[in-house]
Amino acid sequence: MKICVCVKQVPDSWAEKKLTASDSTLDRAAADRVVNELDEYAVEEALRIVEAGEGEVTILSMGPDEAADSVRKAISMGAHAGIHISDPALHGSDALATSLVLAKALEGRGFDLIIFGSESTDARMSVVPAMVSARLGLPQMTFANKVEVNGSTLTIHRVTDYGYDEVQSSLPAVVSVVEKTNEPRYPSFKNIMAAKKAPMETLSLADIGLDAASVGLANAWSEVKDFAERPAKAKGTVITDEGNGAEKIEEFLVTQKFI
Amino acid sequence: MSEVLVLIEHSEGAIKKVSLELLAMAAGIGEPSAVFVGPGADSALATLGDHGAKTVYVADGQAFLDHVVVPTVDVLVKLVSEKSPAAVLIPSSADGKEIAGRLAVAIDSGVITDAVAVSADVVATQNVFGGATIVHSKVSKGIPVITVRTNSIAPVQSGGTATRVDVAAEVSAAASATKVVNRVSVQKSGRPDLSEAAIVVSGGRGVGSDEGFASVIEPLADSLGAAVGASRAATDAGWYPHQFQVGQTGKTVSPQLYVANGISGAIQHRAGMQTSKTVVVVNKDADAPIFDLADFGVVGDLHSVVPDLTARVKARK
Repeated sequence: MKICVCVKQVPDSWAEKKLTASDSTLDRAAADRVVNELDEYAVEEALRIVEAGEGEVTILSMGPDEAADSVRKAISMGAHAGIHISDPALHGSDALATSLVLAKALEGRGFDLIIFGSESTDARMSVVPAMVSARLGLPQMTFANKVEVNGSTLTIHRVTDYGYDEVQSSLPAVVSVVEKTNEPRYPSFKNIMAAKKAPMETLSLADIGLDAASVGLANAWSEVKDFAERPAKAKGTVITDEGNGAEKIEEFLVTQKFI
Repeated sequence: MSEVLVLIEHSEGAIKKVSLELLAMAAGIGEPSAVFVGPGADSALATLGDHGAKTVYVADGQAFLDHVVVPTVDVLVKLVSEKSPAAVLIPSSADGKEIAGRLAVAIDSGVITDAVAVSADVVATQNVFGGATIVHSKVSKGIPVITVRTNSIAPVQSGGTATRVDVAAEVSAAASATKVVNRVSVQKSGRPDLSEAAIVVSGGRGVGSDEGFASVIEPLADSLGAAVGASRAATDAGWYPHQFQVGQTGKTVSPQLYVANGISGAIQHRAGMQTSKTVVVVNKDADAPIFDLADFGVVGDLHSVVPDLTARVKARK
């Protein structure tokens, strides 16, 4: 079983995030860079699948030079190899370009499963797994909170607003997993050391057969016209409860016509 | 006037509120046309017409029950190529975003997700980074595919009627690549859906236990007809199920009224609720950052304030 887990380096979700004034892209320097939290569930799921049988887990990421740290970090959970797509022309790429790059990098490598976290904590679009599935022509097995491989059949529980759908497909397939699918492990000392020596391919756009005109900010399918920080909210009324707290909230809710 | 396609989200014909909101939004761009896939169109037609749809494209068949996402994309791809609409508006649900993503790839067009407004010239407004930044963006290639959040606009009843146009649905290879073998419904609480609710009552670390949610938070929610939410501290502690988590890694809500009880207001949480129209806060700690968002706040013990409030709300009925 060959599994590829796609990870994204994002600003820490506990920090304030900002856009860059000059080109309206994410200000990556404004916060600590971490592996997207939801991708850790994807790595854990991949490791569990190969540990239950056999196989290898490869980590794939597209991002600036610093994103190599996140590939190593993800490998240190117990994965075997890494692929890092890095090219100055990629700066400002949107979801369509990202999915194009990932699909190109994945093509022909013979992965049985390609696993994503269901969204990134910065852009929160939740579209890239579906787009990669569409581009590669592989079954879209997304929003899973349970993943089971039985021979060449893949079964997932796709989370829905009423519960879940049990969905089946053949392999290879594109999977995304939701938060709390599993309990991601902490990297062991042994695996942290192994990750430093794990094979890592660093590829440019040309290496995956794409040219700069199909990606990046200038070629994006959508553009930011302008942006602004949300104005701070006008300070509301805050009182200290002296036995009348509920009564005061009640009065407020009445004036606002909620009750 | 160009058509604007609106994908209708429904459960066997029962139309979700967001769909009617999208029809109102589409009317500001062009002529709204509803796209209704799956069973139940007969019962939905009048409502869609009454809310501004001039045309309802209907595609029905077993495919929409057997397969996920892709059959709907196939219908939209066909309609987009035939009608060249000014835009395609899709509810910003999990399914909706994936439909939008695949559609964008198929028609080589830009996609914008989680819009809260779309102007007549199809500039979308988004609240990004949990509402801390307001972005205006525009699709620059192809036909704009935009997913729109619930509660972004009020539905408008026009009293009109819609013309039904049936669309043949063919099952593509991509659609049949996945098969739904079982649909499992988990028990419903009877409360409104968290992401659609007009009022959300949330609890955090200060609630203290699962018992606290059952005896303090849920009764207030029920007295207000509200959905229940929880902070990450509360769901991580196992006091309330994870699917009710409001925050950066959970649900994003934008209700008319958000009542935060025993929630300190870390960025994690604020990112999921700071676009709420009105915020009421109950917290012991006067320095909790959540008070910065409060329209009305009480520094006090939620375990005495909230039950008292619940009794007062009930007594008014």
